[in-house]
Amino acid sequence: MNKKYGVYICQGCGIAEALDIEKLSAVASEEGYAVKTSPVLCGREGIDMLRAEVASGVNTLVIAACSPRVLHDTFRFEGCIVERVNLREHVVWSHPRTVWPAPTPEQKDDESFIDHVQMMAADYLKMALAKVEKIQPPEPYKLETLNRRILVIGGGLTGITAALEAARAGYEVVVVEKEDALGGHARRWRKQLPLEYPYEKPIAPVLQAKLRELEAEPRITVRTSTVVARIAGQPGDFTVTFKKPGEQIEFDVPYPLPPEMRVDENGKELEADQLLERYKEYNQGKVDILTFDPNGEKFGAVVLAAGWRPYRPAEGEFAHLGFGTLADVVTNERFEELAAQGKIKRPSDGREAKSVVFIQSPGAGGDRDFPYAASVTSLVALKQATYVREDYADGKAYILYQHMRTPGLTENFYKAVQQDPGVFLTKANVTRVAGNGKGLVVEAEDTLLGQPIQIPADLVVLATGMVPATKDDPVINLAYRQGPGFRDNAIFDDYADSNYICFPYETQRTGIYAAGGVRRSMTVEEAMEDATGAALKAIQCLESVHRGVSVHPRSGDMSYPDFFFQRCTQCKRCTQECPFGALDDDERGTPKPNPTRCRRCGTCMGACPERIINFANYSIDSVSSMVKAIKVPSTDDFDEPPLRILGLVCENDAYPALDIAALNRLSWSADVRFIPVRCLGSVNVIWIKDALSQGMDGVFLLGCKHGDDYQCHFVKGSELAEIRVKKIGEALASLALEVERVAQFQVAIDEYDKIPQMIQEFVGTIEGLGPNPFKGF
Amino acid sequence: MSEEKPAPASGSILVVGGGISGLTTALEAAEVGYEVFLVEKNPYLGGRVAQLNQYFPKLCPPTCGLEINFRRIKDNPKIHVLTMAEVERIEGKAGDYTVAVRVNPRYVNEKCTCCGACAEVCRTEIPSEFDFGMKTVKAAHLPFAMAFPARYVIDPRILGTEDAERVKAACRYDAVDLEMKPKSLQLNVGAVVWATGWLPYDAKKIDNLGFGRHKNVVTNMMLERMASLNGPTAGAIVRPSDGKPPASVAFVQCAGSRDENHLAYCSYICCMASLKQATYVREKCPAAEIYVFYIDLRAPGYRYERFYDRIKQDPRVHFIKGKVAQLSEDPQTGDLTVVAENAVTGEKIEQKVGLVVLATGMQPTASVHRPPAAVQTTPEGFIRHAPEAGFFAAGCAAKPADVVSSNQNATGMALKAIQTVVRR
Repeated sequence: MNKKYGVYICQGCGIAEALDIEKLSAVASEEGYAVKTSPVLCGREGIDMLRAEVASGVNTLVIAACSPRVLHDTFRFEGCIVERVNLREHVVWSHPRTVWPAPTPEQKDDESFIDHVQMMAADYLKMALAKVEKIQPPEPYKLETLNRRILVIGGGLTGITAALEAARAGYEVVVVEKEDALGGHARRWRKQLPLEYPYEKPIAPVLQAKLRELEAEPRITVRTSTVVARIAGQPGDFTVTFKKPGEQIEFDVPYPLPPEMRVDENGKELEADQLLERYKEYNQGKVDILTFDPNGEKFGAVVLAAGWRPYRPAEGEFAHLGFGTLADVVTNERFEELAAQGKIKRPSDGREAKSVVFIQSPGAGGDRDFPYAASVTSLVALKQATYVREDYADGKAYILYQHMRTPGLTENFYKAVQQDPGVFLTKANVTRVAGNGKGLVVEAEDTLLGQPIQIPADLVVLATGMVPATKDDPVINLAYRQGPGFRDNAIFDDYADSNYICFPYETQRTGIYAAGGVRRSMTVEEAMEDATGAALKAIQCLESVHRGVSVHPRSGDMSYPDFFFQRCTQCKRCTQECPFGALDDDERGTPKPNPTRCRRCGTCMGACPERIINFANYSIDSVSSMVKAIKVPSTDDFDEPPLRILGLVCENDAYPALDIAALNRLSWSADVRFIPVRCLGSVNVIWIKDALSQGMDGVFLLGCKHGDDYQCHFVKGSELAEIRVKKIGEALASLALEVERVAQFQVAIDEYDKIPQMIQEFVGTIEGLGPNPFKGF
Repeated sequence: MSEEKPAPASGSILVVGGGISGLTTALEAAEVGYEVFLVEKNPYLGGRVAQLNQYFPKLCPPTCGLEINFRRIKDNPKIHVLTMAEVERIEGKAGDYTVAVRVNPRYVNEKCTCCGACAEVCRTEIPSEFDFGMKTVKAAHLPFAMAFPARYVIDPRILGTEDAERVKAACRYDAVDLEMKPKSLQLNVGAVVWATGWLPYDAKKIDNLGFGRHKNVVTNMMLERMASLNGPTAGAIVRPSDGKPPASVAFVQCAGSRDENHLAYCSYICCMASLKQATYVREKCPAAEIYVFYIDLRAPGYRYERFYDRIKQDPRVHFIKGKVAQLSEDPQTGDLTVVAENAVTGEKIEQKVGLVVLATGMQPTASVHRPPAAVQTTPEGFIRHAPEAGFFAAGCAAKPADVVSSNQNATGMALKAIQTVVRR
């Protein structure tokens, strides 16, 4: 873009009262920019003025007014670069003149007077000017051919629902199922939990009706006895190889070397060529991920509905319950199969099972439910109790629970079952299940009956949970350098879950959306709803790829990372650190970008030691130039020059928190200059070095919380930044600069009250260290 | 398949209610490429979650997710947000509805810069509904610091007073318009998603628990506001009677829920909410003993069970299985005696505490404010889907749910709405 610049300074909201606008204008006009001021830039006259400017050809506007978080549509001009200088919140409101006085008329021309607030405003304006010089409007990344077909992995009720819902919105869908028929667990059910109000009775399985709908839907193709060997490529352009279950083919997905194979016998990381050799050995017979299957099928997005398997207790795990030793102690899944086959019989001798005890919690002191249980296991016990009653007029069902977990309207189901005098329910701590020759005896204490109880039973059913398919196998088999499955599933008990309460479908793999039992133990109703949501996300991903824009959280962002490969040193850091596995490197280690997998966080840019990864509107150079635009006063300027500290702040949470601190008129040191970053993961250490080498006295990073309950919108950004900051500390020490000059702080968006204190403490530390010895060099 | 076709964009979608569910439906549909009208009656978006201090089980601030959602709105011209707006009438059929929307006067126009000068001069204080009346706010105020839209609102109660004129005069940007009148808008949409959410059940109706009579009995939503930095106590948990931190706190579960006289169903979130609030008390009043009286602790699934496990480890948190029968107050001290029967031991418990938190449940908004359309509800007032009419319910308008389930559900409802309009 051929830029025509314009600088516009607003005088409203206290800006003109606090700042010398003429002097501020001069900062830009002295560098040759046309500057205009307005009493109220967002008022009609101000906007008319801006429109006239744009009409006259200005296409790069630096608007020095309020925070970019407000008046977003007022200052949006089609086809223009708009850079907002946050004078109001970050300068004026947070730095009152009562604390940082303006010069008196006598002091105005006194060069030794330090006007902290005016200097800050000047710096922010210069930083913005430096930035707009370095950026270009992004052009969307478009695939040559977009494939809108959706792949659904798993043909249970979740997968069937996802397929139907996507097809009904007009999309072609292929459903693959590893078994020889669709239906999953629902094939082996006698009845199922209700799907809608009044939620009172088990209903006939909806599977057959759903299968008929599926058959009638021309946009859906079904492949049974089929699994995914690999999914290569990227959203909008996946190349998928299918195979028969158990088959071994050359397009089976290769796995990255496990950590123990990456080191020699002394625990030292192997050299790159040795690693490559081992990798090839480890994946012998498999084609590398960068070779696409010429016979592969094209898809645009994937719904992972691989479901669950029943929990298999370890040997002796529930020994006190007789599981594994007593034939008539079964899991709820086994019981369902028995019930689906006809009247409930004992597995041991085929005799009628008229007294059945359902155990919700393994007991033995605690009140936890069985592993991988959820409200679905409570509801299933209630459902199964009704089977006993419908099979035998004199049948008795006992449900022993620690907590009956029937949340929301499913309480109606609980209440309806309670009405049956043949169903006995009590809280109980089950201590033992034993055989007595004729049958079983269940012993329990801490019941609602006030005393320990013994229940004779024909059959005992354990309410074991639903283990996600992803615990045993990645299933999606992504041909990604980072590995075939979702990462970090261990913190979710291996469910393919998202860590975001607000954004339940966001995982670390763009374009792959999990639904149903693979995500959490769920009822059919929940799984079908979940399938609908996942189908929406798959469609949304396709349409975003079609428009060349990012999906969540930078939805609509057209920028994407650009690599200057001539200078790549094949260090692989970008490939390894990308939270979304967007990069696949080749044998030499050169990364292959997959832009539609990318979420535009810039972690690759932050990782790259050669600084060859950049976005059109966010680059190493654009931020470095902002850093360099900060005037660092030295003893040449003042007898006691003020400190200069750089704050690199996450724009998602930390930056808004600063705005809110300002809105509440909280103050922070006037020696700090903030630069917002897309994510702390995008922080390249060169920016920190730039700051210190031009004499700035300290640098801090302000970003989201990390750890298991991470709040980082890009999963790993703040964590990676912390690792980089620690490493830079070592480098600083070698330069005889104190490691304390660089720090990182975690802050949540609502901790705006803590930020001034954090900053103050850091400034205090720097004051203690004294000025940067490189200042002035 | 691989042939090019334009993103489908026929037909628009109306989402009624701008809480987390409505926001989610609206954004998810708009990011597919559909035009969405999001109608919210309050002057701000975010609904109930905007009032929460933290989400369970991550204990993260809801404003974090709201902020990203607001940014998605800012970046997406397909979403049209109408605040202070109510749907008055819906006529037509699936694929072709005419919607009459009334936009109530905010008395502050789009020129508002959020400078705060109006609030500074305003002398009238009104009870803050956002804080359940526990504090007052200026009649000219910003709903909350991170509110979207970031715009002040003036309470009509000061119209015609000197204060109103003062407020108007203080605005240098001509943003105060005391003559503003309700506006009527007409929208044409193909599908409607009702995301009208829930109301905290009126605890005054639960006579034996003495809410409204005993000062130190508060609801769980009130406790959320207290624990919030921008709430009535700036984050302190104190007794309303004397402003002091309580030495002990009782959580009364199922206050109104699972009770045929009040809400016959389970309100889904209250067990987890109380467990979460126990962490607030532990953080802010470290010496306080905590008693949780419950029927069943509904902490299902791996995440919630793990969270409950963690709270159980805390020696100051005591769990008692037993429904609270009675609460009585010592008028001298304001202390309360919680009377319950331990369901396991049978013993009668009389536990004296300094503060009682009622885990009040959710009542569907639609049970109190009937939607102005041919909407089918359950007897409790939850809205039922009517796909043939192009009507869907998202989140707690459909059934009690936590935030994550609401968002899953709301995402799916975006697709149901799209299916309705894509067919036409």
